[in-house]
Amino acid sequence: MTSLTAKDKQTVKAFWAKVSGKSEDIGAAAVARMLVVYPQTKTYFSHWQDQSPHSAAARKHGITVMMGVGDAVTKIDDLKEGLKELSELHAFTLRVDPGNFKILSHNILVVMAIMFPTDFTPDVHVSLDKFLAAVSLALAEKYR
Amino acid sequence: MPENSVSADLQTESDKMVEWTDFERNTIQDIFSRIEYDVVGPAALARCLVVYPWTQRYFGGFGNLYNAAAIKGNPMVSKHGTTILNGLERAVKNMDDITNTYAELSVLHSEKLHVDPDNFKLLADCLTIVVAAQLGNEFTGEVQAAFQKFLAVVVSALGRQYR
Repeated sequence: MTSLTAKDKQTVKAFWAKVSGKSEDIGAAAVARMLVVYPQTKTYFSHWQDQSPHSAAARKHGITVMMGVGDAVTKIDDLKEGLKELSELHAFTLRVDPGNFKILSHNILVVMAIMFPTDFTPDVHVSLDKFLAAVSLALAEKYR
Repeated sequence: MPENSVSADLQTESDKMVEWTDFERNTIQDIFSRIEYDVVGPAALARCLVVYPWTQRYFGGFGNLYNAAAIKGNPMVSKHGTTILNGLERAVKNMDDITNTYAELSVLHSEKLHVDPDNFKLLADCLTIVVAAQLGNEFTGEVQAAFQKFLAVVVSALGRQYR
């Protein structure tokens, strides 16, 4: 929707520096939450033996996703180029409907609010929301 | 088309009744008995005005909304945030008839206030975030699902009388 300002980038980087130590827990919690609150997202994981939100597979996936988010922070100045390969993966192999990026982003924000209630101020919230939207857009780039 | 919100879209047809499980009913009653309306309301509205700044269009008479600090400290924002939560309580007390409970409020928001109903979803998302921060780990995925379902019904009822 709107591009990231210098302030957004600064805010995201500063907040990420604070929270990245917990990135595995954040990712696992966000994916677990997504599977519970938006059960239609489970359709992408029918290959998991254990479809429950706190399974080892779900946790592993949460970790993978958050590593991607962390990587995106380092490529914040050119997400389209930086996430090109990840976009190809999502477009041609995973074929995740891009509407789900918004769903997962929402759950990441909810987890941030729970884990970092004082740091996740409205100013941080807006910049992080914009950032995740920009990441989602970059991920959808190669779709068509 | 709300590009920003992911709160569930509920289709309401005139005879379709929303069904609540015991867990959902208890969860909603529990949340609203625990949160402080004059903390959560102001925080949610302020967050909405910051995160989705175009929503400020409805608050031209509220004075200084220049930045997050100003919004947070604005007494009119706080007062209105509390008003909103008190309004939500009406749905909490009438969970089986939210559509009718909000008929007049829906007309008000449409005919007098001229609020684009897509904005209701934005506020709902901010409310979810604020309640999550308040309840911490007790805001489990199951609780979140119940809360978001409740808010989706509220949002749908508020948009019902628009024409």
